[in-house]
Amino acid sequence: MVSSAFRTSSIESPGKPVVSIKDVIHRYGKAVALNNISLDIPSGLMVGIIGPDGVGKSTIMALIAGSKTIQQGSVTVLDGDMADIKHRRVVCPKIAYMPQGLGKNLYLELSVYDNVAFMAQLFGLSKEEVPIRVKQLLEATGLGPFASRPAGKLSGGMKQKVGLCGALVHDPDLLILDEPTTGVDPLSRRQFWTLIDDIRASRPGMSVLISTAYMDEAQKWDWIVAMDAGRVLATGTPKELMKRTNAKDLEECFIGLLPEEKRRGHTELAIPPLTIEKSEIVIDAKGLTRRFGSFTAVDHVTLSIECGEIFGFLGSNGCGKSTTMKMLTGLLPSTEGTATLFGSSVEAGSMEVRKKLGYMTQAFSLYGELTVRQNLVLDALLYHIPKEKADTRIKELVEKFGLGPHLDSLADSLPMGLRQRLSLAVAVLHEPKILILDEPTSGVDPVARDSFWELLIDLSRKQGVTIFITTHFMNEGMRCDRISLMNSGKVLACDAPQKLIEERGATCLEDAFIAYMEDAIAESPSGGKGKDKAKGDASSVQQSGLSQTSSTPSSFQLKLMRMFAYVRNETMQILRDPVRLVFSFLGSALLMLVFGFGITTDVEHVRYAAYDLDQSPESRAYLEQFAGSPRYFTRTPEVRSSAEGLHRLQADDISVLLEIPPNFGRNFRRGNSPDILAQVDGAMTFRGETVAQYVQGVNDKMLQNPAMGLQTGAPKYTAQFQERYMYNPTFESVFAIVPSVPALLLVLIPAILMAVSIVREKELGSMINFYVTPTGKLEYLLGKQLPYIAIALLNFVILAIMARFVFGVPIKGSFLFLTLCTLLYVTTTTGIGMVISTFTSSQVAAVFVTAILTITPTVQFSGLLQPVSTLMGRARLFGTFWPTTYYMHSSVGAYTKGISAWLMMPDIIYLACCIPILWAISMLGLRKQEK
Amino acid sequence: MNSLLNIFWLGLKEIRSLISDKVMLLFVIYAFTMAVYIQATGTSNEVNNASIAFVDEDNSALSKELFNAFYPPRFQIPKKINAHEVETAMDKGQFMFVVVIPPQFESDLRAGRNPEIQINIDATAMQQASIGTNYIKNIINKRISNFLKRTDEKTTMPVNLIVRKLFNPNGVSSWFLSVVAIINQISLLTIVLTGAAVIREREHGTLEHLLVMPLTAFEIAMAKVWANGLVILIATAVSLFGVVEMALKVPFAGSHLLWFFGVILYLFFATALGIFLGTISRSMAQFALLIILVILMLMLLSGGSTPVESQPEWLQRLTFFLPSRHFVSFSQVIIYRGGGLNAVWSQFLMVSAMGLGFFIYSLALFRKSIAVTK
Repeated sequence: MVSSAFRTSSIESPGKPVVSIKDVIHRYGKAVALNNISLDIPSGLMVGIIGPDGVGKSTIMALIAGSKTIQQGSVTVLDGDMADIKHRRVVCPKIAYMPQGLGKNLYLELSVYDNVAFMAQLFGLSKEEVPIRVKQLLEATGLGPFASRPAGKLSGGMKQKVGLCGALVHDPDLLILDEPTTGVDPLSRRQFWTLIDDIRASRPGMSVLISTAYMDEAQKWDWIVAMDAGRVLATGTPKELMKRTNAKDLEECFIGLLPEEKRRGHTELAIPPLTIEKSEIVIDAKGLTRRFGSFTAVDHVTLSIECGEIFGFLGSNGCGKSTTMKMLTGLLPSTEGTATLFGSSVEAGSMEVRKKLGYMTQAFSLYGELTVRQNLVLDALLYHIPKEKADTRIKELVEKFGLGPHLDSLADSLPMGLRQRLSLAVAVLHEPKILILDEPTSGVDPVARDSFWELLIDLSRKQGVTIFITTHFMNEGMRCDRISLMNSGKVLACDAPQKLIEERGATCLEDAFIAYMEDAIAESPSGGKGKDKAKGDASSVQQSGLSQTSSTPSSFQLKLMRMFAYVRNETMQILRDPVRLVFSFLGSALLMLVFGFGITTDVEHVRYAAYDLDQSPESRAYLEQFAGSPRYFTRTPEVRSSAEGLHRLQADDISVLLEIPPNFGRNFRRGNSPDILAQVDGAMTFRGETVAQYVQGVNDKMLQNPAMGLQTGAPKYTAQFQERYMYNPTFESVFAIVPSVPALLLVLIPAILMAVSIVREKELGSMINFYVTPTGKLEYLLGKQLPYIAIALLNFVILAIMARFVFGVPIKGSFLFLTLCTLLYVTTTTGIGMVISTFTSSQVAAVFVTAILTITPTVQFSGLLQPVSTLMGRARLFGTFWPTTYYMHSSVGAYTKGISAWLMMPDIIYLACCIPILWAISMLGLRKQEK
Repeated sequence: MNSLLNIFWLGLKEIRSLISDKVMLLFVIYAFTMAVYIQATGTSNEVNNASIAFVDEDNSALSKELFNAFYPPRFQIPKKINAHEVETAMDKGQFMFVVVIPPQFESDLRAGRNPEIQINIDATAMQQASIGTNYIKNIINKRISNFLKRTDEKTTMPVNLIVRKLFNPNGVSSWFLSVVAIINQISLLTIVLTGAAVIREREHGTLEHLLVMPLTAFEIAMAKVWANGLVILIATAVSLFGVVEMALKVPFAGSHLLWFFGVILYLFFATALGIFLGTISRSMAQFALLIILVILMLMLLSGGSTPVESQPEWLQRLTFFLPSRHFVSFSQVIIYRGGGLNAVWSQFLMVSAMGLGFFIYSLALFRKSIAVTK
């Protein structure tokens, strides 16, 4: 509807459109991201989607790439319907998609080479092609020297290049890049665009679809789609659009295209010159340096900022801007150098200094769960502003910042621009003298950005507040009184922006910045070293490639290749993630100790005391029997009164008090069957019960055996009992508990690791690689599962070794069959983790849900504490289904009972049946597209 | 003064945040009411529905009488099997007990020859095996003496042993289990709440914001301690009075005040541990993995699931440093045995010392942790 008016204004598109969108509506919960969009994108062009954050750019690109499910409307890409899975499967090798976020779909633990090679494998490049193609791409993008560096340790620009290599590895017809240059330094940005131009030159038919928040970049592109609030504002060539709005650049043009009510109140920003005469220096940093390990984040930064100045810090993500700020605010101690605010050091006794400081962190740093008013009031309270003063101040700020209508809404529910204003209001509430703002305007639309700057200018010029601001927008840099250009921890230049431009003879700040960066690179001695290393790498890769025979792989072989690509990928990730590695191996060993020693039903060394009122030979002989079983009873001094006895029972000093009444001996000799009172501590019920039975047991044994001191024969007409404690003749709980602990641990840990590994991909974004590559569900799941099965099997061996040498419980039965059973069991348990991962969406939820869902049935219903044969009703039913029941039987059987292999067969068969069922459920639950 | 105010306001904010997190709140309520009740009544250490079989080689009136002496709920209806089937049936885990009555049992008994009954016990079923065996012996003894009474002979015991269980005369397991359940919930939820609060603040950048304000790490941490501690304290009180004392009718022998004082000390430890774990883990996911290891250790080695003195000597020396062990122990002293401060002061001291240790250590780490997350 909207677009039909504009379609005519689009330039003559050669042939069919590459993408055709009709009546698409997309919602996230209640929020509408795309509001009835129709759009035809001409093919063979460089097409830009422009607009601020949150207007639906990313959603539209994800729909086109096929990584998101279409909710309403139709999306046709490369002559096919993207709602149709068959078309997607055919077309996905022709589409390359790089999602938003620096290196979002990269595996940060893996090296640059491995990341690109992984994508190549998923797209079915043969073993010989992979190293050649990857090397080609890395050389072309200048990543050659860094092939072996982990992706997580690259700068933002380099990460984007790796992402691009991954996207280009299979020669796509449609390249979709979602904000590829956001947060990237200007030099890398320029290199990136040159690279894209080169690629387009070599593949003229390729269509490129790019979104960006930097409007100036889009100026040079062929065709523009301007978007706002889920709608298309206009389409056309940049020239056309600028002409239509009478604008001199795209940013102005965009504001001109916005609907009237959004533009209202927007005026060209005017910055009055800094009028304050040479005044005191408020921020002073000398040789500020910060190292993290061997990495130097900030390298000898020296600055001095005068009172009332707006000082800008310009640089890309990860160049050390935020770290410098943290050192200035005293959040981070510096490794070298000093920083002073108002002449005093920030670290020592800094309370007074901090009162004069206002700070706004990079992300929105207020409490989203509190309302606007609560956020403001909390801040006033923490700065101890008297109530009346605080009230007027808050009123004043609310008015000035336009927060009035939102006072009682939650901070989380505000749009980005308003949130930033609230943050600023909170930061200036206590009337600070210095305001430190860390990228306050990223993700804010141009209109809101200008109104934010108005507030800043007001603060600086009218109230004399010194403002220190970081940004990666060049046009914001132009608004500062002075700026520092920063790159990889170093300040390249520092002066008024206009002067910097003049000094380099450049046309704009960006060019000047690039010129400074190129100088810095030319000076730096590194570069040559890295290259040699990379060469060695590449040649070794080539060799391994040559040793393979070449043939065209069948579709089954392709599937297998993709599965093993995931296996390799997952294995390397775990090996390089110390926390998960420790959890998977040390965790089970530690828990084995805790469970093995913690769950024990042995009651031994029970402390008892006697209260002997008789003191006859008989009473002493009776008590002697207790002292004579040291495994069970430990004698403590006799008590002299029943009150003392009770007191000692109360204080947990003794657990049994044996009271022998007066005349016990005489009555015994006369056959009057005298009483003996045993008082047992029953606070802990199980233990009390057991102790009571020990007492009874000692008593009975003594009476049946005349040799034991009391002159009596066995009572007539009673049966005797022969107790045969099978499998565990000494009746020690280690023999029962230790073999069942692996059954518990081998469900808990593999299931958690498995669930986390899949949910982690969802959370961090690398799941997109599964959405947009031809990888099938089963290939993905098996590829993820195999490494964890291997880990679990290794765990089994570790636990068996511990059982043997720490607890002294060897395996009596067939080790081979138990191993087979374990293999099936851990395949099942990782399968359970897989199923859980289909319905959890955060790693935390995955951990807790898996823990709760696996521990309860395993402890309660599978025979760990209570034999399954004694369970009833639903518990019995659950125990019958839960795989641990079967493994528990085999494990306890093999360790303690030494049962024969054929008795393990039913367990093995049951577990083998579980596996395909779990696979099927996981495949049903796993989505091939994002919701 | 200002410092106290800061702690107060920050804590209030903490409580507000928690109240707005409806899911967490519901979980806390569930954990301290339903979950405690279920854990206290659901599991039992007592013998229940035990599977039993008989090999009757006597086939006398008495052996039939004995066979009929076992019935639900304590035992399942016994099955009759043959002597050669005993081993296999037990290997398969079909029965926990197999009682073998020898040939000529009744006549031997009448002749005063004290014949022997064999009881085969699956000794891998630790909890029920020994208690169950004693039940079987008692039932058989009683039946025999009743059976013989009907005819002529009489059995008497030379000593009449009276065993009396103190503090829980009927051995109702829910008395003990309910209190242990509360203790476990306190450990779990306090640590999760506090640790998650620290990590959430760090991930959202609000912690940085606070550290730049004129606030000390001590104030920020202390606010978390009192706010989260208070929430759990209230939940504990509801659980103790509502679930344990009213619904489960567990008598409270000692002083409520003293126990709650102990709870407060333990809460200090648990919140401090939560802050510590929240500080050392770099992400929620790491925290979640870490917590599983820590919580299981705190729960299983506390003496709440099995007695502390069953642990090997060297482990007991280590678990001495586990505050949850002292918590379980002083709870038993106060709740069941009615002990006073003189019986529990040393445990109180130990819990406070451990709490203080973690608290101080996390304070030292607090600022550093900002550096780690960058």
